[in-house]
This record gives sequence, C-alpha cells and structure tokens, in this order.
Amino acid sequence: MADGLKELKIELSKNGIFTTTLEELYNWGRKNSVWPLTFGLACCAIEMIATTMARYDLARFGAEVFRPSPRQADLIIVSGTVTKKMAPQVVRLYNQMPEPKYVIAMGACAISGGPFRDGYNVLKGIDRYIPVDVHIPGCPPRPEALIHAFMTLQKKIDEQALTGPDRPRHLQAGQPSEYPVPAFGEHGLEPADNRDVFAAAEGNPLKVLQ
Amino acid sequence: MSNDLLEVDPIAGQGEIMEVSMGPHHPSTHGVFRMDVRLEGEKVVRLKPVFGYLHRNHEKIAEHGAYLAAIPYTDRLDYLCSMTNNWGYCLAVEKLAGITVPERAEYIRVIVAELTRFQNHAGLVGFLLQDMGASGTPLMYAFREREKVLDLFESLSGARMMCNYMRFGGLRVDATAAWLDEVRRLLPALPRFLDEFENLLRANEILMARTQGTGRLSRELAVSAGVTGPMLRASGVNYDVRKVDKYGIYDRFDFRVPLGDHGDVYDRYMMRILEMRETVKILEQALRGIPEGPIMDPKVRLRGLRPKAGEAYGRIESPKGELGFFLISDGTTNPYRYRVRPPSMINLTILEDMCLGQNIADVVVTLGSVDIVLGEVDR
Amino acid sequence: MSTLPPVEDIKAQIEAGVPGAVVTVVQNGSPSAQHSLLLGREHARDAALFLRDHAELRLDFCSLVTGVDWLDTETSEKVKVKKVVEGPDGTQQETEVEETRKTKIPGYLEAVYHLFSMEKKHGPVVIRVRTANRADYAHVPSLTPVWRSCEFQEREAFDLYGIVFDGHPDLRRILMWDGFADFPMRKDYVPPDDDALATVPHGKSPEVQA
Repeated sequence: MADGLKELKIELSKNGIFTTTLEELYNWGRKNSVWPLTFGLACCAIEMIATTMARYDLARFGAEVFRPSPRQADLIIVSGTVTKKMAPQVVRLYNQMPEPKYVIAMGACAISGGPFRDGYNVLKGIDRYIPVDVHIPGCPPRPEALIHAFMTLQKKIDEQALTGPDRPRHLQAGQPSEYPVPAFGEHGLEPADNRDVFAAAEGNPLKVLQ
Repeated sequence: MSNDLLEVDPIAGQGEIMEVSMGPHHPSTHGVFRMDVRLEGEKVVRLKPVFGYLHRNHEKIAEHGAYLAAIPYTDRLDYLCSMTNNWGYCLAVEKLAGITVPERAEYIRVIVAELTRFQNHAGLVGFLLQDMGASGTPLMYAFREREKVLDLFESLSGARMMCNYMRFGGLRVDATAAWLDEVRRLLPALPRFLDEFENLLRANEILMARTQGTGRLSRELAVSAGVTGPMLRASGVNYDVRKVDKYGIYDRFDFRVPLGDHGDVYDRYMMRILEMRETVKILEQALRGIPEGPIMDPKVRLRGLRPKAGEAYGRIESPKGELGFFLISDGTTNPYRYRVRPPSMINLTILEDMCLGQNIADVVVTLGSVDIVLGEVDR
Repeated sequence: MSTLPPVEDIKAQIEAGVPGAVVTVVQNGSPSAQHSLLLGREHARDAALFLRDHAELRLDFCSLVTGVDWLDTETSEKVKVKKVVEGPDGTQQETEVEETRKTKIPGYLEAVYHLFSMEKKHGPVVIRVRTANRADYAHVPSLTPVWRSCEFQEREAFDLYGIVFDGHPDLRRILMWDGFADFPMRKDYVPPDDDALATVPHGKSPEVQA
C-alpha cells in the first residue's frame, strides 16, 4: 500500500474509522479459515493427528474442522508415502476440491519418495502430478514443523494479489484446476509424471536436463 | 484377473443389492485401506478387503542393505509402536547370529516396549470411540498420555516416533538415572488416567449397544486364521507370546493375561483396557529390578555383521499381535531373504467372516477393534 | 517348546502316517537350529493335514508363509578327459586333457511355512514346498484349506514371486494392482527407470552431462 494511503489509514483509525483494501480483507478471511481434508497416508498422518490434538492444537490457526469430503476442503495435506497404487486416487481427490485449493507435501516421502525412494511401488514425490505449495522436510516432521508450514501457507495466501498477471489460479479464467489422473500400466503408472506440473517449478533441475 | 464383485448373484425378491467401496480415502478406515462391500439393504453379504495402497517394498529394501540398515525401516512398519518393531527384528538377528543381550539392556527393552504397548492401546480405544461418533474427545485424552510417553522416548532416543533405538546385542544408548526417575514419576499417573478413562466410558449406553454382540469371532476360526494378540485373547484362547516363548526376561515378571468370553468388539475393547493395567504392573516390577551394567554385547560387529548361512524366525508380542521376522542368511552382509510377519494383515483374514450379516455401520466398529496399521499390513 | 520331538522324529511320523510322502530334512546352519522339512509336492497337503490333526503335535497355527526365490546357479568342475590331439611331429596321440564342465542347476521358488501349536504351546515346525522351476511350472499345492491364515499370505507370495498355489480359493494379486505384470520380489526383477530427476542413470557411474 502506498505511503500516502497508509498515513490516511492511520489518521482515520485514530478517529475510530477502520479502513482496509478489498485485497487485504479477502485474503484475511481466506487465510484464517483454511479447512484441511482428512487425508493421512502413513506415519506423517500420526504427527498430523498429534498436531490437531490438545497439545499442539492446529485449530487455533483456523483449521477448525478437518473435512472428510474433498468438496468441502481447502487444503490437502499429503502426509506420508504416495504409492503408485494410491497416486490416481490422490489426483482424483485433488481434482474434486473446489478452487482455491492448496497442497502441503508433508514429510520426505511426499516431497520425493523419501527413504522408500528405491521402491517399485513408490511415487517419487507427489509434485509429479499435482502442484505443491509448501513442502515440509522431516521423517516425520514435528508437529511444530506442520504448524510452521501452515503459517507459511497463510503468509503465501496473504501475499496473493487480486488483480494483475500474478493473481492466483482461481481468479484467472482458462487456468486448469483439474489435472489428468494417471492410469495403471503393466510396469508402473502411465504417464510417469505430468510435465506441465513437474517441470513448471522455478529452479527445477528437470528444466536444466531438458 | 479382474475383480469379480460386479457379477450379481440372483437373489429373488429380497431388497436391493448395492456395491459400496469404502476407502481408500475414508474417515474411519485407519489409513489407506479399502473394503469392497456388497450390501443387501443395510446387511453385509460380502466384504473383500483391498490393500497395498501403502506397499513400500520394505522387504526388498532390507534385502539390498546390510542388517543394520534395516532397523530404521522397521520403525516405519507399525508406525505407532516403533520400539517393539525394533525389538522383533533385533531378536530375529540375535537368533540368527547367536548374540546374547546383557541384563540391563533387557530391562530397558521391557520398559520401552511396555510404554509402547500402553500408548498404543490408549490410542486404539480413542480411535475406536471416534469411529463410533465421539468426535475426538476420548482421542484427546488418549493422546494426552501418548504425548507424555513420546516425551520420554524423545529424551531417550532423540525422536518421538521413529526411535531407531535397539541394536542386535542391546541398545544404541543407555538410559540415564534421571530418565528412569522420570518414568517412575510418570507411573502413578497411568492408573489414574485409566480410572478416569474407564469411568467416562464404562456405562456409556452407545458403547454398550454398538459393541456388545458385534463382530463375533469364534475360537476355532481365530486359531485357524492365525489371529494373534488381544483379538485372539478376546475369543478366549490363552496365547501370549510373552508367556509362551518367554523371550527377553519376561519370565521374571508377574502379570496376568486377560481372556474374553464372547469374542465381540466389547471384549476386544476390554482386553486393551485390562492389558494396560497389566502393563503398568510390569513397568513397576521392571523399574524396581533394573540393574547397572553394560547395554551392549561388546563382541558384536554392528557394521559388517556376517551371520553364518542359515535361517531364523524370531517373534515378539507386539501390541497388535505376534510380530515376527524370518531371516535367511547366505553368509554375506545383506540378508538373502527378509520377511516380516505382519499381525495386522493376518488379523484381517477373517474380517469378512466377522462382518457378514451385520449392518454396514457395524463394519466400521468391527474394523476399529481389529487394530490395523497400514504400514504393517502393506509393508 | 519342550514337548516338540526332534525334526527327524517328525519326518518319520509323517512318512508313517502319509503313505507316499517324500520328506527330507534341511539342516539349518545358524545357531537358531531351526531345521526344516522339505515336503514333496504331491502329498504336501496330506502331510499338512496330518501335522494339524496329530494327537501330540496339534500344529493348529500356521504363523507365517514366506516366498523365497533361488536363482539358477551353475557349478563348474574340472574333468580329465582322454582326447586325440595332434602332436608337434604330425602324429595322432591320445593324451589326457583337463576340461571345465559346467552344469546348470535350475533355480526354484519356495514356500516356507512356520507352524506352531496354540493348544500345546510349542513350535516352530518349519516345512517347505518347492516349485519345479522358476519359468513355466511354478505350481505348488495351497495349504489354505488346512490353515485359513495362509489365505492372504499365499496371495502375497503369488503377487510378489509368481508362485501359483493350486487349490487356493481366491488367488489374485493382493499388494500390487491387478494389471501389474511383473513379480517384483524376484531376484532378477529390474524396476522401470522413471527417476526423471536423477542426473545419473539408475545404477550406472556418474557421467558429465553437457
């Protein structure tokens, strides 16, 4: 916000008038009410459950209820190893979530396959098929790390502009919100990854190879 | 070969047949587990479990690495109970290579294993009640105790869940006197928690109505299907690996094995509560009798262990049932065959038998009482 | 544990109780001394029934079913053969020559069963059944009609090793999806190369990428 506007805002608030921009209000409402999907795959899911319990209490940050249906959720926390057998289901669930939607890849397995990377049934990172907003390293990450990731996501939402070329995906007509679901092949998944999503990340070494 | 559930048997004039796929994403299936259920109205006429959604080929990874390298992967089998997984594997390697464990290490192993059993059973009761609709409150009480136990594990081994603590021939690091005092300080809180828990749940009408008579399992079927753990004992079979094999130093402790009469979900729930009380007794005795001494057999080579060619099967009583490891050695540093006996998967063999003829709502309660963890079912 | 007779006695009892059964003792080199019994395929199920219903053994609990892959091996031996050799002066002479003869020992797949008794509280009794080879005839009789606990575990051995259990009520893949074509736990399985982010091809030494 420009300096002149900021001074005006402070002057008005001294007189008991509260002002804000539409963008701030919109993002403030969105970031403080992110409802995750009940989606736990493996060991990281237990730390996610521990984060929602009384000691660490994720509900303070706005994740008041975990919704079992993807149609009612804003955030999918992919916690645990994504196997090739489960990957089509994860993409399908992501497709069913309405915009705006976010993905947190929790744990080493969701980021890159983790300790099980050598597996014939392990997908080497969920960012092969769906775009990921926040990655949390760890095996498993502590509940505090998940809270930090949640706060990082809130900061990311806060900084999203409503107008202009870098407005978020759900405000741009023509941007995809559903991604193709991989199919079971004879030796693995077909396709092995989704190049639109996988190579798109800035600084991705895959781009160098191409 | 495709799933042949879609062929419909002709049942004349008996209501609607409906195929429901519960899972793999489901609020009550304890992980990525799927059940293909065929319903006639609300009654279950067929139920096929489908899993493999968390198959991370733990066995192949363990065969590619040395014996020591498999220990962190055993933590991730039954990810709620990492200490007992470590113990099962170390016991199998100790049998394979003929390694003995010093006495103090045996005592500490018993202490951490029984603490693990306590927090696992508390969590199970919490999850079972959550499946029945008590959204979150018993689970909060159970996780409150679990956090106390995890704090102890963190100060002992460095990690809350994936402790990677035991080694063949003993333990990675010794427990200090201060840590043992912390456990002694926690110990009186455990029976108080159990009393509080039981008082809140004992006469609860919904618990009684939904669990008594549900998911019955007969003795003969339980034995034939290889069911082990509290689920077996709820059907009245007296088989606890701690009493049968007397591994470690369990023959020094005085504890009882609770048995059930009816084999239904209520009996399985009560098994866990009673076993938690016996666990507290074992912990008291272990903390009284723990000696000083070394915690590791000095002759063991952890890195580069080459057991003689042969095989061994070592098993323990984990909170879920009989956890066993079958190892075949060909004389090199890597195991030739590494196999895990997953109690959760084998306990699922008779899930269909227990659920036939019941309502679909009872399927969720019955599954909750089996106590599965998908990391172990799928490995 | 102390009520279990030694392995040779059990072998004798099976041979007496199941006519035609072929039983061999397989020695175990490790300090665990858990020797096992190799059963011939034709009478394996009858021998299993005999063990389960035997008055003293009462092996009613089949704890574990394991699939094992033993690859084809080759033995070579040096053999002295008489051969006709042309000498330096052009005459035909008969001399003894050392030749290396290689014999191929075909590999097989094996199912190992660990049996215990819940009634008598003793065990384990380890029995093994082997297939004829790894290629076209990988059939063994299923022991699921004897012990129900073999049901899922034999399906797993079929899924990961390709051992076909004749007489199994529902033999299909259990951990991998139905369309998967390989047997991943076999020793000669090569996983597909889908490691797109690796700068070094799977299993090869590092090369400089331009």
